[in-house]
Amino acid sequence: MSVHKHDNCTGGCEGLCCLALEDVGVNLGEAELLHNVSFHLHCGEIAALIGPNGAGKSSLFKAILGQLPHSGSIRFQRSDGKKSRPIIGYVPQSPAFDRGDPVSVLDFLAAAVSDYPVFLPIPQKLRERVGDCLSRTHAGGLMDKRIGALSGGELQRVLMALALEPVPHILILDEPLSGVDIDGERQLLDMLDELRAKYDLSILLSTHDFATLESFADKVILLQNTVLAVGAPGEVLSSPAFQQVFHLRLGRGAV
Amino acid sequence: MELWYALVSLLPFEWAEPGHMFFMKNALLAVLVIAPLFGILSTLVVQSRMSFFSDALGHSAFTGIAIGALCGLAEPMWGAVVFALVFSLLFTFIRRKSALASDTVIGVFSSTAVALGIFIATLGGGSFTKFNALLIGDILSVEPGKIALLAAILAVILVLWVCAYNTLLLSALHPALADSRGVRVFWQEAVLNAAIAVVVTLSMTWVGLLVINSLLVLPAASARNLARNTRQYHLFSVAGALVCSIGGLMTSYYIGASAGAAITLYLAVYFALSMVFRRK
Repeated sequence: MSVHKHDNCTGGCEGLCCLALEDVGVNLGEAELLHNVSFHLHCGEIAALIGPNGAGKSSLFKAILGQLPHSGSIRFQRSDGKKSRPIIGYVPQSPAFDRGDPVSVLDFLAAAVSDYPVFLPIPQKLRERVGDCLSRTHAGGLMDKRIGALSGGELQRVLMALALEPVPHILILDEPLSGVDIDGERQLLDMLDELRAKYDLSILLSTHDFATLESFADKVILLQNTVLAVGAPGEVLSSPAFQQVFHLRLGRGAV
Repeated sequence: MELWYALVSLLPFEWAEPGHMFFMKNALLAVLVIAPLFGILSTLVVQSRMSFFSDALGHSAFTGIAIGALCGLAEPMWGAVVFALVFSLLFTFIRRKSALASDTVIGVFSSTAVALGIFIATLGGGSFTKFNALLIGDILSVEPGKIALLAAILAVILVLWVCAYNTLLLSALHPALADSRGVRVFWQEAVLNAAIAVVVTLSMTWVGLLVINSLLVLPAASARNLARNTRQYHLFSVAGALVCSIGGLMTSYYIGASAGAAITLYLAVYFALSMVFRRK
């Protein structure tokens, strides 16, 4: 797997295509979930967001997705320097569909990507369009399966195919590595690498799996209500902040 | 209606002969409208896990009638429709704002509404018995004007389905994902709940409060056991509702029992069969 390393960006986007968070804060009622969150995510870069449970990873995703009001600024700049609202693809954390849901993968994707009401017979053209979406994540064969009958890895490929239609500037994955086995994890990481190279998209994912970080992430962001460390995987994993956050947590859990 | 009466007279039943038994012919037409209406709505009631909500709506709909009667409306039913709409929108709002589980919020709303209804109905020593008819319902009392009203509602629901089924389905399947794709999940839920409220309230006079929820739950519950995609889901739900409704009406005519109850029992048999022959 080829890994491009980017320089850590501290100033502006410097003419490059990037997502820039400056001093982002999120409050829910009285509680301060996030404060002073600043980092840059360049196009074609894979960044992993790590932090203990309750560190605000999901809140940060929601803020970027525009589902949660925030202070500070979240801006996206294209390579031509123009600022615009980015298209964001979102793959939610292993969703629990009802095993009995009478909804096929075709129904699910067609309902999300088109206005054609899916309780009526689906025209061939729409079927082909959904097939094209699914083939991006090698999930074409799953079209007529029910979403409740998919395995964890299959469901993830379907959700990713959906997140890639329309092709986004930024792909956000909430804990994509939980609930897939070792093979599934390898396939997923290879696919992310293939996608970022093919579409030059930025990928931001949250994970608890520190062992594989070095093999795929260009950048690791350690979050606990604010950014404690950001940089290449090796730097962040050996930083005092990382030791402190995860050792303290383990220490407390052991008591 | 003349066209309908002419059509029915082609059927090989003694009540279908021209010139008499109009109540039965009206009831059959009403059932042909109500069954698809409930069959379609049922698919999303079950998908969105709203079975208990529709039950609560049914049980509290008579509160609206009591309020309508108290306000001196000529048609207390419109009071009930307004009450059910307020009930469903307030419920959608509170559920969104509260951290409580959905069924807890429904329990709070349901018991409050039922208590309010009994309180108003018995205010000043009033008797509750005048509401008994609503509990069981009487499909044979349906008039052509009301059938037209039900048909209009079926048309509205069909339009809603064509325009909004995709977003309603996504909101029911995965609210966070729907939200990330720009679907306004709160309004999807509000529209669906309001639609259930109106349909339940307007049909309770004929179907009966105690059995109305079976029509909203059983067709889709059975169809879920059989269907592999949304088209089959709708087909099995609507077809099941139609067959069971017609069967229930006929049974009630020939052996003399509540049509609503007979329809429910047929639906229960349909559910049992769907369990036996469920998709592997």
